[in-house]
Amino acid sequence: MKIKYIIPILIISLFSVACSTDDDTDVNELEGLTKVQELSNNTHSIELYTANGQFSTGYNAISIRIKDNVSNTYIENASLTWNPVMQMPTMQHSCPKSTVAKVSGKTTVYEGYIIYQMANLDGSGWSLSVNYTVNGVSYDATGTIVVKQAAKQNVTSFMGSDNKRYIIALLEPKMPKIGNNKMVVGLYKMENMMSFPVVENYTITLDPRMPSMENHSSPNNTDLTYKADDTMYHGNLSLTMTGYWVLNLKLLNAQNEVLKGENITLETVKSSLYLELEF
Amino acid sequence: MKKFIIFGVCVLSSILLNAQEPEYTTKKDTTKLSEITVLGRHTLSNYRQEKTLSSIDDYLEKSNKITMIKRGGYAWEASMNNMNSNQLSVTIDGMQIFGACTDKMDPITSYVDVSNLEKVTVQSGQEGTENGHCLGGGIDLQLPTPSFNGSGLKTTADLGYETNGNYKTAGMDMAYSGNTFYINADGIYRKSDNYDAGGNKEVLYSQFEKYNISLQSGYKLNENESLDANVIYDRATDVGYPALPMDVSLAEALIASVSHNYQNDSTFIKSLETKLYFNTITHIMDDSKRPIVPIRMDMPGWSDTYGFYSKATIKKNNHNMLVNLNGFYNKSLAEMTMYPNNPNESPMFMYTWPDIRTLYTGLYVKDAIAINALETLSASIRMGFHQNKIAKAAGVESLQIFYPNITDSKNRLLTSFSGNYQLKKELFDVALGVGYGERAPTVSEGYGFYLFNSFENFDYIGNPNLKNEKALEANFNANFHKNNLHLGVETSYFHIMNYIIGTINPALSTMTIGANGVKMYGALAHASIFDVYLNASYQLSKPFSINGSLGYNYGTGSNNKPLPFIKPFSYLTEINYATIRFNAALQLEGNGNQSQYSSFYGEDETPGYAVINANFGNVFYNHTNKIVLKYGVENLLDTNYSSYADWNNIPRQGRNFYINLSYILP
Repeated sequence: MKIKYIIPILIISLFSVACSTDDDTDVNELEGLTKVQELSNNTHSIELYTANGQFSTGYNAISIRIKDNVSNTYIENASLTWNPVMQMPTMQHSCPKSTVAKVSGKTTVYEGYIIYQMANLDGSGWSLSVNYTVNGVSYDATGTIVVKQAAKQNVTSFMGSDNKRYIIALLEPKMPKIGNNKMVVGLYKMENMMSFPVVENYTITLDPRMPSMENHSSPNNTDLTYKADDTMYHGNLSLTMTGYWVLNLKLLNAQNEVLKGENITLETVKSSLYLELEF
Repeated sequence: MKKFIIFGVCVLSSILLNAQEPEYTTKKDTTKLSEITVLGRHTLSNYRQEKTLSSIDDYLEKSNKITMIKRGGYAWEASMNNMNSNQLSVTIDGMQIFGACTDKMDPITSYVDVSNLEKVTVQSGQEGTENGHCLGGGIDLQLPTPSFNGSGLKTTADLGYETNGNYKTAGMDMAYSGNTFYINADGIYRKSDNYDAGGNKEVLYSQFEKYNISLQSGYKLNENESLDANVIYDRATDVGYPALPMDVSLAEALIASVSHNYQNDSTFIKSLETKLYFNTITHIMDDSKRPIVPIRMDMPGWSDTYGFYSKATIKKNNHNMLVNLNGFYNKSLAEMTMYPNNPNESPMFMYTWPDIRTLYTGLYVKDAIAINALETLSASIRMGFHQNKIAKAAGVESLQIFYPNITDSKNRLLTSFSGNYQLKKELFDVALGVGYGERAPTVSEGYGFYLFNSFENFDYIGNPNLKNEKALEANFNANFHKNNLHLGVETSYFHIMNYIIGTINPALSTMTIGANGVKMYGALAHASIFDVYLNASYQLSKPFSINGSLGYNYGTGSNNKPLPFIKPFSYLTEINYATIRFNAALQLEGNGNQSQYSSFYGEDETPGYAVINANFGNVFYNHTNKIVLKYGVENLLDTNYSSYADWNNIPRQGRNFYINLSYILP
């Protein structure tokens, strides 16, 4: 008689242990991520995650999971593409984005980045389509998303002297510190309304300034140069104190011709090409 | 009853002692030799000074070799042999203590008052390394030595008033000394409004207010041993610095020590003093009183020091030895927060002293050997280990902007030695000395981060890679006495290697709004400093004497530019009249034109000046009490002037009448 009761208890406890380990891996895969929203279709829910649970202008590192609405499990073998679109009154355009790929070491999480170069004041206008293939079957999901305007200018879109439109976005430092900071920016060319490829082998000069300190600058900054392994531009940004900094930039093409931006002098206190930072 | 009798006897004997105490005359001692200047109010019970309540700064300034660099009416910085406080060792009774202000607004001398001290020992050059490494010399502000003389209770009250700046001083000192126990308590309060320069021109932001209290107590364990404890608390508020862009809202120090004393005439070691100490300083700069500033900022600083020393004296045959083992650990932290005029922007923050820890341990040995009755040969050596460590990671990272390869710590070995020969005869005495010394860079020189020097109008960046500053030194003194005539000459020469000084880095952008540029601490390959003083005095008759002094200083660097803060030609002459109960003196002092000024280091040519001072003193006896009255006038002609040592040429005090009254209860 007794054993009748014991066995179910044992089974239940075994199950619950198994379940809890499952939960643990889920938690680990989403560590440091907060869900922004879901895009749904009849079969799947596309869960979108960022570090702070929202999209904002500039560089957004985005994690994605695809949940099977029937089995409540996460798809581990999908291949994805995505397309963010901004609906303007008279036209629509996209923005720079990466490919989406499975994160090494994780089973259900796919990753990529999107650089929103603009936002409406109320965050409206952007939508995101995700096209994916699971076991040879194609699906898609689309939904409107909210993109907040970042407090400081961490992305800028401009016309170069070569009559081409470019976008520069700040990736690093995410947590600026007093001292030498690794600075990383992305540089993209607007080929057409929907295509923003990475620009390679240009140079971006750097001159950080504090407007509140009579344009105080710091030494030991280096120009940002292209690195093929992450397709980004890298340099050293030194910050002598906390506060509001304007990172004055100048974009030079492979022939060292200035496409945008000016040198900072007593008269020119700010370059027409700049990013901002406050900490 | 028995106690009462003992107490009575003590009181009586102290009265007798007091009555017999000869009254020394008030005299600005122009013939003072470089070696030791004795000042202070406790030994000053004989009231030798012209102003009983003058500050330590005023006292120090009377030494030939010392000039006070002034940034206002308070907290002057001592310089000796034309070297500033970075190159000196300034200690309080052998205790290391470091100011908490990155802009030198709080020299150590500002944290003690005359009421705390028995005397000040000033030793020039390598003679001054007993308590620490230095090039220019050592200043030790000495606390009273334990006194178990059973003299009972003694109370002194002092009041002072000066017309210029409406400067009020009040002090009180109570001392009880029994045969096995003594206790001293004293307090002093000072408050001054803005002073007026010559011609009734008010110098704005020259006010100050401070008080200082101290307690010292000792217990005699047995015939040879005693335990002592001393606490000093000093607090200055509302201190203006007319020469600087900021004032100080608080400068506070707590200085505490316990010591064990052993004394025995019959053993090999005659005395052994061991002291453990601790002091903490808080310094808050403030610009809230300044109506117009480019940017509002807070600049607090803290300095804590823990240390010990153990000092033994040994006498054997003709050897007279002093051994001093000491060590300290200091934490210096200062920060700056600037508030942008746009309130939507974040405050701007940096560490100006990024929590620098300094650890030092060293040994000093001095031996004076009496060759014969007339000749003495002495030699001293100090060796020590010195370590700086940047405790804040943010500090290392901020300095790596300028020095990408630095690590968080730096070790140094410091060596100093000196030798001295002295010959004393009836008519004359001569002394010849040589020395070699090294010092480590100060926290500001090594690790300062955008420290603004308002004199040169440059921001300064420290340099952790600086080499030790070194000096070779030679000095010579000679005195001649005959009848009532005394003549003296004292001179010293320093050849300094790696002379630490800032050099302009044109590539750097200023931090301070309005600054001319940024300097980084570096070093001149070498520099030379020479000084010579001639002293003479003549006793005309019993009450009348005259004395005079002439000084010449010279300093130049390996870049063939004059060094900054080199004293121009200086002179002082005085006529004295002194009897037992009254004294008077008339004084003329001045500097020549500063022709060797260093425009390269931000100096301008300060014109010569001369001022006339007069002082008087009376002593009254009233039964068992004594009243000492000191009064006089400084800058009688109300000359408007500044000296080479006045920061940004702020003018000195104009005419000032003063009166000091001391009331001594047995």
